[in-house]
Amino acid sequence: MRMGRLPAVAWTMLAGTAGASAWGAEADFAPYVETVPGSSVRFEMVPVPGGTLDATGRPVAVAPFWMGVHEVTWDEYERYRTGKPKPPPATPEGVDAVTRPTPPYADESFGFGKGRQPVISITHHAAMEYARWLSEQTGRTYRLPTEAEWEHACRAGATETGPPGERAWTAGNADDRPHPVARKKPSALGLHDLLGNVAEWTLDRERDAYTTRYPHPVRGGSYEDEPAEATCAARRLSDRWWSRRDPQHPQSIWWHTNATFVGFRLVRPLGEDRGLEGLRSRVTRESP
Amino acid sequence: MSDANDAGRSRREFLMTGGATLAAGALCVPRGVHAAGSDEIRIGLVGCGGRGRGAVADALKAAPGVRVVALGDAFADRIAETVARLAEFGDKAAVPKERQFTGLDAFEKVIASDVNYVVLATPPGFRPRHLQAAVAAGKNVFTEKPVAVDGPGIRAVLAVHEEAVRKGLAVGAGTQRRHQKGYLETMERIRDGALGELVSARAYWNQGGLWRKDRQPDWTDLEWQMRNWLYFTWLSGDHIVEQHVHNLDAVNWAMGAHPVRAVGMGGRQSRTDPAYGHVYDHFAIDYEYASGAHMMSMCRQIDGCEKRVAEDLVGTKGRAETSSERWSISGPHAWRRREDEGEASPYVQEHVDLIASIRGGKPLAELKDVAESTLTAIMGRMSAYTGVAVTWEEALASDESLVPDRLAFGPMPVPPVARPGTPA
Repeated sequence: MRMGRLPAVAWTMLAGTAGASAWGAEADFAPYVETVPGSSVRFEMVPVPGGTLDATGRPVAVAPFWMGVHEVTWDEYERYRTGKPKPPPATPEGVDAVTRPTPPYADESFGFGKGRQPVISITHHAAMEYARWLSEQTGRTYRLPTEAEWEHACRAGATETGPPGERAWTAGNADDRPHPVARKKPSALGLHDLLGNVAEWTLDRERDAYTTRYPHPVRGGSYEDEPAEATCAARRLSDRWWSRRDPQHPQSIWWHTNATFVGFRLVRPLGEDRGLEGLRSRVTRESP
Repeated sequence: MSDANDAGRSRREFLMTGGATLAAGALCVPRGVHAAGSDEIRIGLVGCGGRGRGAVADALKAAPGVRVVALGDAFADRIAETVARLAEFGDKAAVPKERQFTGLDAFEKVIASDVNYVVLATPPGFRPRHLQAAVAAGKNVFTEKPVAVDGPGIRAVLAVHEEAVRKGLAVGAGTQRRHQKGYLETMERIRDGALGELVSARAYWNQGGLWRKDRQPDWTDLEWQMRNWLYFTWLSGDHIVEQHVHNLDAVNWAMGAHPVRAVGMGGRQSRTDPAYGHVYDHFAIDYEYASGAHMMSMCRQIDGCEKRVAEDLVGTKGRAETSSERWSISGPHAWRRREDEGEASPYVQEHVDLIASIRGGKPLAELKDVAESTLTAIMGRMSAYTGVAVTWEEALASDESLVPDRLAFGPMPVPPVARPGTPA
């Protein structure tokens, strides 16, 4: 039903891009709706054709993938967060079982509410575990986008400049708060809020172990950024500052206290990069 | 951007601070000035849970010349975990075996060590006697909130306050909002008349459930209760005392007074399993101040419900909303502020202020305020548990002592869940 949203020009980009040989029938690479298992909550994924990202003077091939049309909402995340934990692993393989967040202290929505609001101030580890849970539950591979994928998706869908604030919640129009997802006009690829609302967790391809709490990259602008800062190049790295109001030691590996401008969205690779197969966060309470 | 330290800031923080980090600010004090000198802070930690370790970590970040020299906890595994987790601070937190104390009397041994800064972070039921012992021994104290769970405990703590002031000892309390710029500035504006006369307030701590530990076969009743202290009123005071005290403290601070009367209600609707002891999971209290102003307070720990942790203050000229993240005043003196503006964590700042007060010879004396806010919460709980109105004098004079005089690991019955009113 949302097919019409994908402009023809994007489809013509499909041929000859990295990873093309791994595709199924081209017709399968279409928008679809995923249902969060165990709930009636649905979210839409749209195709992002592969291509070459040349933002830094070092071209990076990006294989095609689907990307969530909006940031992950609390409605989506709550099913994972509040589910009953699995019994302890009985086998050595069981140690890879998906883990769940500890109960949040106080109000994890920081007064901004839940529902269609984007998930905010959760850790990179929590976002990665959510993706692993969703993958396990659906049988489809969901994960955070790599930085290259995120930026490629952002640039590939970029359109000519419209009226200020038409596409992004920023410090210029957001009244100092994140907003329900997909209220602003989407990009040409059908993606909402990449530039604004909340910055989004990504995978850093230069790092592969995911054994430390910090730093990890977030991309895109947020409701705290000036409009000029909300670009496809926007990038910052997490650090301890984001948990400075967590009074426990060790601090939570699930919840930041001061990263209300950070959320995430998921991608699903069309043909997964071998290097990312089995990817998971290995952060524990003992992690630095 | 490649510098993780700077890149992590939100844009606004970056603009406000010019990229300077909190840590850099603390480190600007020349090293060596306080090292091992007469004003070295030597911490003894009583209560080695996550918050105790957190408080110690905060104190170590707060100033140079701070060391951890003694650890105490009822349980050996807590000590071991704390030693392991504080290893990241190196020599500053390397506590030798002979100053690691285990058992219900561990606090006495910590206080008797060569410490001059006792951090009290056990469950609050123990707090009055720990405070008494620390101040009797002439030690400065950082005490977590709340500072008691019943009227007798509060009377003891108020006496400790007098003694500490008399002796010139500093006592800081874990009511960190009082060290947070947004709150400080809001209160200053209220004092300057931004709201006119305060006529009412609302205080909220509505959240989901918290952690619980499954009972192990080798645990006695007492150990099971202590390791699940949130769920036993003699240990936690119930969640209105343990948690909501923060919001009640903020409103008392704004009012410049404590309430004189409480009419409350509450119950245990969701968390009914005996594994959750006998505490309530929700309270709503109408507090009355001598000025005639009322504070409506509500607190809840039930999953899947609306959450809010904040205070609203209503005056004749305007209104204020306060929380740990955002502060605003509406009306003719409209103003607002967010936390993310390059300021220190309030949990570090409270130690910055306490240590500075000790070194500057102007010891902080926060025990009275936190005792009054704790009694505010206790008064509300007493009314909710019984169903009758409770005055400040009644709460303060109460003979209801919840904490056993003598504790030993062994049987410990769980009181029934409180039922207000007369039996139907």
